[in-house]
Amino acid sequence: MRLSTILLIYAAILIAGYMVGRRKAATIGFAPGARTMHSLPAYHGYNVMLWGAIPALVALIAYFAFGDAFIISTVVNSLPEAVRSLPESQLHLIVNDIRNVAAGNAMGGQPDEIISAAADQLNSLRNQLSIGLGVAVLALAAVGCGVGFVRVGADARARNQVESIVVFCLLLAASIAVLTTIGILFSVLFEAIRFFQKVPLTEFLFGLNWSPQTAIREDQVGSSGSFGAVPLFTGTLMITGIAMLVAVPVGLMVAIYMAEYVSPRVRAFIKPLLELLAGIPTVVYGFFAALTVAPLLRNFGIDVGLEISSESALGAGLVMGIMILPFISSISDDVINAVPQGLRDGSYGLGATKSETIKRVILPAALPGIVGGILLAVSRAIGETMIVVMAAGLAANLTANPFEAVTTVTVQIVTLLVGDQEFDSPKTMAAFGLGLTLFIVTLMLNMVALQVVRRFREEYD
Amino acid sequence: MSEFKRQKLRSPAENRALVEASLRSRYRRERRFQGYGMASVLASVAFVLFFFVTIVSQGHSAFFQTYVKLDIAFDPAIIDPDGGRDPEALSSANYKKLVKQSLQNLFPDVSGRKETRVLTGMVSSGAVYTLREMVMDDPAIVGSTQAIWFPADDEVDMFFKGRMDVTGPEKKRRFKDDQIGFADALQAQGRIETRFNKIFFTAGDSRDPEMAGIRAAATGSIFMLLVTVLIAFPLGVAAAIYLEEFAPKNRWVDIIEVNINNLAAVPSIIYGLLGLAVFINFFGLPRSASFVGGLVLALMTMPTVIIASRSAIMAVPPSIREAALGLGASRVQTVTDHVLPLALPGMLTGAILGLARALGETAPLLMIGMVAFIVDVPQTPMDPSSALPVQIYLWADSPERAFVERTSAAIMVLLAFLLVMNAVAVWLRSRFERRW
Repeated sequence: MRLSTILLIYAAILIAGYMVGRRKAATIGFAPGARTMHSLPAYHGYNVMLWGAIPALVALIAYFAFGDAFIISTVVNSLPEAVRSLPESQLHLIVNDIRNVAAGNAMGGQPDEIISAAADQLNSLRNQLSIGLGVAVLALAAVGCGVGFVRVGADARARNQVESIVVFCLLLAASIAVLTTIGILFSVLFEAIRFFQKVPLTEFLFGLNWSPQTAIREDQVGSSGSFGAVPLFTGTLMITGIAMLVAVPVGLMVAIYMAEYVSPRVRAFIKPLLELLAGIPTVVYGFFAALTVAPLLRNFGIDVGLEISSESALGAGLVMGIMILPFISSISDDVINAVPQGLRDGSYGLGATKSETIKRVILPAALPGIVGGILLAVSRAIGETMIVVMAAGLAANLTANPFEAVTTVTVQIVTLLVGDQEFDSPKTMAAFGLGLTLFIVTLMLNMVALQVVRRFREEYD
Repeated sequence: MSEFKRQKLRSPAENRALVEASLRSRYRRERRFQGYGMASVLASVAFVLFFFVTIVSQGHSAFFQTYVKLDIAFDPAIIDPDGGRDPEALSSANYKKLVKQSLQNLFPDVSGRKETRVLTGMVSSGAVYTLREMVMDDPAIVGSTQAIWFPADDEVDMFFKGRMDVTGPEKKRRFKDDQIGFADALQAQGRIETRFNKIFFTAGDSRDPEMAGIRAAATGSIFMLLVTVLIAFPLGVAAAIYLEEFAPKNRWVDIIEVNINNLAAVPSIIYGLLGLAVFINFFGLPRSASFVGGLVLALMTMPTVIIASRSAIMAVPPSIREAALGLGASRVQTVTDHVLPLALPGMLTGAILGLARALGETAPLLMIGMVAFIVDVPQTPMDPSSALPVQIYLWADSPERAFVERTSAAIMVLLAFLLVMNAVAVWLRSRFERRW
């Protein structure tokens, strides 16, 4: 049976369940001289529907989760002993062959007998299982609806049951956030651990040489592949540092000026303009950095006699700073506005000028919040990808010169994973190692920043 | 306190004198500080203007394309030597020769292989497909001669748009003297025209800039946004309702809250790694499919939707809930019948802003293989596809001069999409926002 047919009939049964449940409740409830129903008829309808829906849904999920694995293991078990005793990786290839043949796209001529037999078996098992699934789902739905239908009555607490299921579903939706975090952690951790089995953690964290090319042949020259990530860390830090040097002073001054000096009319005009900056996608900033800012910088360098690489850390950092700027200014703006007016009034009352009030009263009071915002911005800059992919270099240079090209953690993740890849090579696993590092660092920064910001909010709320 | 004791008490007159003496420098500092502030604001605004002026001045010309008119003789001897009008023969015929002949008729003195190649290179290599399509649609035109407008080659196009550097010695130029000669001659004969660039909006990617368009990428982006909104909006709203209205104070809820706040700040590339490891390698979903892209973006957008929805729910005053509960509604009924309708505009606003961010996101898509070279417009979310920002990334890497222009134009299209989404969000907010 086709899956779509099953789902269609399933839905039809559920709708029918709703209708009959609702009608039965209505006939009981509206009969002359009837007792008051506990729940409205619609809730009885929904209840009948859920009685039918949930068990069948469990069956469907079980089929998707375990059906394929079950079929494959049955097929493998019925393969001849000689094939089954092959090592894991070869067996895996054979299973793939069987799948391909079963799907009807045999590559390269006639498949051999064992495989085609197994493929036939696979197909027939699939057929049987899907028929079984259809029967099971539809029977469960029908029987469930039947049970629900029988339970419709004046005293049945249909509304409470439906509502508790609704609330449970809401809880499930909220739990997806936790699931995502676990998913991120495991997907990165799993490969990263395998990477650190091949490359010791100390070499990764303290090694000064990064060249992830690994040998295709054993005897190849100069392709040992070294995974010392220090040049990536310093490159990331340099670009982040340049970005912060641009974004923090300018962003902070913009926030202060907009919050304390500018008239509401000017503010209403300038604020959306700056918000425009926040909405520009990072790939656009990357394009801008690579094709406009980098040539400008290089020509400027030629004019003043400096050698500025066209993939310099400076260019990427400057543009990243502009990207971060609206973020800093909007957080600082919030924080400055949260400082109670009483503090300002007190300071003015003592004769302080506006700038003195800002420097000596407002900024110290807002400092924790601003620091929190800056930490969030740093975590953003570290994790920013497109600007550096397009405007920073690929070669891992260990340098402190901002005019040279450096590379970053995110650039390396992208270059290691984009394009053709074999999933087991240390090269791709290295990307996950870097990903894990990135995740941990940004997570810690975020945790600290959120804590600081929350502390600050509580102080003045 | 000891410090104060040591100071002598000053008379009011002395104090006044001291303050007045310092006033000038204090006011100067005040003005300087204000100057820094104004300079920062002006610098930011100047950057915004510089940015948009650069993008628009680079990209606006990509909406137009130079066309060349050629008189094509559909010579049966070339297209269909057997005379059978067999579709297969027609489809594999040598249409390039038709273009070549027509150009040679215009420039009879051109001879020699190299020069002929330069001459045929004046017209886009896509001309061949146009001709084939015409013949396949209507085989009766074989034998006739027709005047047809073809897109010019990208270098010729750049030349007529004034973006090709034709000063300096010929050796250093991409655009050679004979090309300039051909181009000028064609223009003198009235065979050059600038038209609206329809190809840019109807074609997929191509190696030839003049045949490249954003249709495939835009379709991929739309599929992705659909998947994202269908997943992230209902789940995000459900999560927000739970956390605001039903969540008890316990550990699990605390963990969920911390998680949501952290997820909102996880770098997007990490979501790409998640998509690669879980959706593609573990669940075996196809690479490059916009469905997978949509899933990844949905996970990425969900925290934003949850946070926005929570503040929308929080803005509904408790009195509404109390009134509903007081009239005998259950908690679920209170939420579905009263809180949700009132909070919906705010939720939608948040969701649209989240989607706008997702639309511009590139890094996670690179991880799940959406950097493919996609010529065909995807038909379903499972087809291999690209996305607008990824297309921008790919074109930005291309060496041809004409791709710079097209990249800027694609950026303009993307920014226009974002602007519309943001405008809708702002409109929703102002139209439905209630002050209680």
